[in-house]
Amino acid sequence: MKHLISPLDLTVSELKGILDLAGEIIQDPKKYANVCQGKKLATLFYEPSTRTRLSFEAAMLNLGGSILGFSSADSSSASKGESVADTIRVISSYADICAMRHPKEGAPLVASSYSSIPVINAGDGGHNHPTQTLTDLLTIKNLKGRLDNLTIGFCGDLKFGRTVHSLINALVRYENIKFVLISPEELKIPAYLREEVLDANKIPYEETKLLEQVMPNLDLLYMTRVQRERFFNEEDYIRLKDSFILDAKKMEFAKKDMLVLHPLPRVNEIATEVDSDPRAVYFKQAEYGVYVRMALIMKLLEVA
Amino acid sequence: MLNIGGLNQGIVIDHIEAGGAMNIYSYLNLEKLDCSVAIIKNAKSNKMGKKDIIKIEGTLDIDLDILGVLDRNITVNIIDDGMIKEKRNLKLPEKVTNIIKCKNPRCITSIERDLPHSFRLTDREKGVYRCIYCEQAFKRV
Repeated sequence: MKHLISPLDLTVSELKGILDLAGEIIQDPKKYANVCQGKKLATLFYEPSTRTRLSFEAAMLNLGGSILGFSSADSSSASKGESVADTIRVISSYADICAMRHPKEGAPLVASSYSSIPVINAGDGGHNHPTQTLTDLLTIKNLKGRLDNLTIGFCGDLKFGRTVHSLINALVRYENIKFVLISPEELKIPAYLREEVLDANKIPYEETKLLEQVMPNLDLLYMTRVQRERFFNEEDYIRLKDSFILDAKKMEFAKKDMLVLHPLPRVNEIATEVDSDPRAVYFKQAEYGVYVRMALIMKLLEVA
Repeated sequence: MLNIGGLNQGIVIDHIEAGGAMNIYSYLNLEKLDCSVAIIKNAKSNKMGKKDIIKIEGTLDIDLDILGVLDRNITVNIIDDGMIKEKRNLKLPEKVTNIIKCKNPRCITSIERDLPHSFRLTDREKGVYRCIYCEQAFKRV
């Protein structure tokens, strides 16, 4: 039995299988409307996350399956002090597959070692969020046509942004990938990612603070939110925040086929005027999140 | 200058980071041993400036490689018949369980009952161990 705990649990070929299946689902969703009939997905959400939970539930319902679960630790037995290990042993007898979001890093890995059903990590603290990575990869593959030969800009909070770390980890496995890392000094990617992933794999990258200058080189721009509370002082925040806001003026510097991705929720880092630009694909990306979760559920339940 | 007599048979744990000897002492449960144990703190060292040393008389049946997890500069000399019989190079184990503890407050090990603290060696050259759950690197104090 297979679980999905880290984005790197999947080999490049398994990843291809999921992305190809998601592509087929997009083409003909009706064909898959009953493939999970009689199967149940448990959504174990120890902290609230509307979009991720709803996209998992939508995915299972689209496949003809049913759903059960809880959406906060208060409404689960965790509030009575039950361990993750005990909870999953019980849930294993109620459902066929589960998606777990937990504030503590590594909780889904603990669950997977006691579970008799496949466990999907739906986000564990600031650590991993593999289905967001799958969503990002499906968006890139479907809208760009490839996962190799790409120059990808990551902009904003690259220090704490787990979606950025996971996507970098996933993309270094493809040929001819270059990264442009655009962030304030305080929010540069962590040293371990630079040393153990980029340098270790000899991946070319540049670090910069100026989005406009690098825009013409990018095939993709992955935006993230720069949060006020991440800055050491208010002055720095005010000085830097506008450098990392994408607006229509900055989009003028970009290639005609550059795509803008964002894991959402967006606050002010992408001006709403960009939404109407055909290169802004972040809402399409959210839609793809459902398709890729459908494909993942099918693969883990071995109905594909 | 402090003088501690040489060992006839035993183990010398050398090049311990200054101030770290008591950690090693506790980890090896040396307080339970019946034999002589000398702890030398802040000894002069050309290489390190200051270092700690532990000398243990007699034989000790433990996996000495674990010492490298706690402090990667440590060297171990096995003494027999008053002579250095073996200079043991510590080989860092690929995985260690319940030797070091994850200090990340966001890690599941901070709340889950009876969960073993397991670490994997991710960079042998730099001696980096990461928690298998949260992947945070273990920081030696």
